[in-house]
Amino acid sequence: MNDDKQHYPDISRSRWAGILIGIGIMAAVDEIVFHQLLAWHHFYDQSTLEIGLLTDGLLHAAELIAIVAGFFLLADLRRRHSLVPLWAWAGFFLGMGGFQLFDGIVDHKVLRLHQIRYGVNLLPYDLAWNLAAVVLLLIGIWLAFRARAATKPIAADR
Amino acid sequence: METMEHHTGAGGGTLAVAIPYLLIAAALAAYLFAVARQRNSLRPWSRWRTISFIVGVSLLAVAMSPSLVRYAHHDLRGHMIQHLLIGMLAPLGLVLAAPLTLMLRTLPVQSARVVTSVLRSWAFQWLSHPVTALLLNIGGMYLLYLTPLYALTLTNPYMHHLVHLHFLAAGYLFTWSIAGPDPAPGRPAMRTRLVVLFISIAAHAYLSKFMYAYSWPRNTPHDMEQIREAAQLMYYGGDFAELLLVIILFASWYRDSSRHAYSLNPQVQRSR
Repeated sequence: MNDDKQHYPDISRSRWAGILIGIGIMAAVDEIVFHQLLAWHHFYDQSTLEIGLLTDGLLHAAELIAIVAGFFLLADLRRRHSLVPLWAWAGFFLGMGGFQLFDGIVDHKVLRLHQIRYGVNLLPYDLAWNLAAVVLLLIGIWLAFRARAATKPIAADR
Repeated sequence: METMEHHTGAGGGTLAVAIPYLLIAAALAAYLFAVARQRNSLRPWSRWRTISFIVGVSLLAVAMSPSLVRYAHHDLRGHMIQHLLIGMLAPLGLVLAAPLTLMLRTLPVQSARVVTSVLRSWAFQWLSHPVTALLLNIGGMYLLYLTPLYALTLTNPYMHHLVHLHFLAAGYLFTWSIAGPDPAPGRPAMRTRLVVLFISIAAHAYLSKFMYAYSWPRNTPHDMEQIREAAQLMYYGGDFAELLLVIILFASWYRDSSRHAYSLNPQVQRSR
């Protein structure tokens, strides 16, 4: 496939591996902590729009594949000695933050799949949710800048 | 909860229990017999494949056990457990056991040629295409739960068994078309299979949430609470099985791409 590229750092794939794992982990945290442990979220609530059910299914499928694809991509990069850890970490935080923000804005507010918690004033919960997302994204951006500075000589010939 | 009419009485039950078990035992015996004949060959049959087959048929045996059959008879949750075992989990074990490869190795050359010519045939490649398998598998579920078909299976024993057979056949075909280790001439590329698997997971998740939200299957003796619990079983159980299938697909990609990466001589690779 890319025989000639092996043993060279693969920035793009390293970043993608991180992004996919970040999305998958955040989705798993959402599912396990908020749905199962705290039982704050509902499996389905009456305010969910019909189109919301469909996008929920598509998103769910993407999350499931993302986490497996991310880990196998990571294993493949390590095997080829092409992994750039800093780029993978940057991608990981960007993936987590990006998913969290998408979940907080599009899923909760636009599509109204479900709310964070029921029977309470939602504003502080929504703020905390989306602020956490912004913090994760900022960490990811900071790591990306560091990674770019560290891999500049390699990035030049790509 | 109201009691409902049982389609087969206690008398018809014995045969209904015996036939699936006889078929399961026959399949296991044939597989183990073929494995035993491989014992003296240069490449012995992988122990993991044998274990995988035993796990697959054991899951089928659990699904057809009299107590689960009785539970599934009047409770949608029981039906859903059976459905997950027969249509999703057992096929994983059976497909990973590569029974077709074992068959091709065991059969005399003449008969093996017949099998491979069937595999290469236009009709079989069309039938075993991931998209066809997806329609048969998930399409069958939509048909069963969103039409009066499910209610019919409660009263008609033939329909009931036919649905079980369809679960197994379609589940096997789909699992095999996505990530089967058996030889599959003309199988589409990884990307196509991944897209089909993505659609399958989404369609399964959507169907189970739709059933939860709008209480399907309708016109059945099941109350809303039972349907909702069954739909959640379908959602999370299906997730588990599909997650395993995603892992198996990527594991085969990982194995195959190492073959590409480490072949020293590209000429050898090309003439493989």
